[in-house]
Amino acid sequence: MSETKFKKLRTRGHKVVLNRSKGGDAGITVFLAILGFFMVLPLVYTISQSLKPMTELFIFPPRFLPIRPTLVNFKNLFYLMNFSWVPFSRYVFNTVFISFAGTFGNLVFSSLAAYALAKIEFPGNRFFFQVVQKSLMYNASIAGTITFLIIAYLGWMDTYLAVIVPSFASSIGLYLMKQFMDTNVTTAILESARLDGAKEFRIFWSIAMPMVKPAWLTLIITSFQGLWQMGGSNLVYSEQLKTINYAINQITSIGVTRNGVAAAGTVFIMIVPIIVFIISQSNIIETMGSSGMKD
Amino acid sequence: MSTKSETKVVSRKDMTKARWTLHQMNVNKIGYFMIAPFMILFLLFTIIPVALSLVLSLTNFNMIEFPDFIFLQNYATLFLDDELFIGALKTTLIFAAIVGPAGYVLSFIVAWFINELNPKVRALITLIFYAPSISGSVYIVWQTLFSADSYGWLNAWLMKLGFIDTPVQWLKDTNYIMPICIMVALWGSLGMTFLSFIAGLQGIDRSLYEAGSIDGISNRWQEVWYITLPSMKPQLMFGAVMSITGAFNFGSIVTTLCGNPPTDYVGYTVTHHIDEYGSVRWEVGYSSALTFLMFLIMIGANLLINKLISKVGQ
Repeated sequence: MSETKFKKLRTRGHKVVLNRSKGGDAGITVFLAILGFFMVLPLVYTISQSLKPMTELFIFPPRFLPIRPTLVNFKNLFYLMNFSWVPFSRYVFNTVFISFAGTFGNLVFSSLAAYALAKIEFPGNRFFFQVVQKSLMYNASIAGTITFLIIAYLGWMDTYLAVIVPSFASSIGLYLMKQFMDTNVTTAILESARLDGAKEFRIFWSIAMPMVKPAWLTLIITSFQGLWQMGGSNLVYSEQLKTINYAINQITSIGVTRNGVAAAGTVFIMIVPIIVFIISQSNIIETMGSSGMKD
Repeated sequence: MSTKSETKVVSRKDMTKARWTLHQMNVNKIGYFMIAPFMILFLLFTIIPVALSLVLSLTNFNMIEFPDFIFLQNYATLFLDDELFIGALKTTLIFAAIVGPAGYVLSFIVAWFINELNPKVRALITLIFYAPSISGSVYIVWQTLFSADSYGWLNAWLMKLGFIDTPVQWLKDTNYIMPICIMVALWGSLGMTFLSFIAGLQGIDRSLYEAGSIDGISNRWQEVWYITLPSMKPQLMFGAVMSITGAFNFGSIVTTLCGNPPTDYVGYTVTHHIDEYGSVRWEVGYSSALTFLMFLIMIGANLLINKLISKVGQ
């Protein structure tokens, strides 16, 4: 092993890079480039489709990129929004409110429970965790009928509560947070904080949560995205409570003449989740720099 | 590992098992407070619906008449008198056996490769690979690609280049339904599993790699097997559950692309069957039995995969 000691260390941004061959780096880049091209193609196509004028949507053979890109589809989309049943700002407000409230509740409830299940040894914690984990494998659609009855029984039909509150207790969120609490949070640090007399809630908030930042940022991405793109729900029937996705589907489901507008609508709905994604992912990667101080 | 018990001067030997449990419950009662908000909602919106559906699977409940207990008759019908189900089960198992493992491995490889890149570009590259999951209604692109008329991309180009004379009905032809749906599923398989791997890779202690290098690890392949994978077993288990649920609940892609039911029931999955009985025919009892059976199969798959994961790094 003396060889490794004298090997010239490769650096990247002042950090020593261990065991990396240039050939391997190149191979990885090529692999990712080819695969990435196919992955992003449909997304680019949707955007390109939204920029095509009506005349270019049906040409033979079909073209990938627009010849004369135009914003007319977006203009039409915003124009058509004026004719919605309730002011379009109402759909925007509903979507923003549901997404933020649902994500926030999901994050707090899941993290708190995950911390307790991972780091507090109370009798029954393994049982609770097993139940939550196994529940993920139960197809939710049949339980949906019964959930409907429960929401009705609670008197939450046609309220924000019906869509927001059930999203708080997501088994996926708890499972994700629990797994990261298991690996990233060192019990020794918690023990010393407990000996210093720190309250459990404080340990959770100021010690455990910063250590699992990548996990809760990931949870924010998926939870937010799911709620933002939520369409119509059978638990809510007032037009005043519906979401952007639902409203845009109403506009675009008319037929072929609105294909361009439909693409514009898809792009419009995607913008906010993409922004949330980029901000969160950048922060997930930033945490890398500080993860050296784990022990 | 008893966390609080060390701070108290109480020994387990002095107590019976029941008293010890009570004592532990009392010392760690904060834990119950912390899981309470989640558990109350979880009970209400998951446990009760699932438990009720389990009970209903033993009845002939159809939303109109008061249910009668028929015990295991639903389950017997499934295997003895429902040819569509046997076909759907086979299709589902084929889909799951291909899409599950392939999507899982792909998620890890891509996440790991991205982690090897310069941190400045990682967020953007991750977005590129996550794009199929973030753009909700993007299956429309596949419909355009495989559209049955000459405006469909594949048909248009194959015709222009002279390979075919008349458009092929890609999404209606029983030879193409399964391969196309599997391909689209794989294309969209970099979802939650992938993100959890990306996040998991950030949490690995860098000093482990330095120590590994001194211990004689000489390339990235050894590094990933001996250090990276064992360090993220919890994330691997999480990803496995996500992949299993995704692979076994496969169905929406078939519906979106090929319609429901697809031609000759090729690509008709158990998920379709569950929905058919649960929300078209309203035979909720039968649909519940189907769901429970799939639940058991998925639990079995999960146990198997956890066994495999425990072997990682050895």
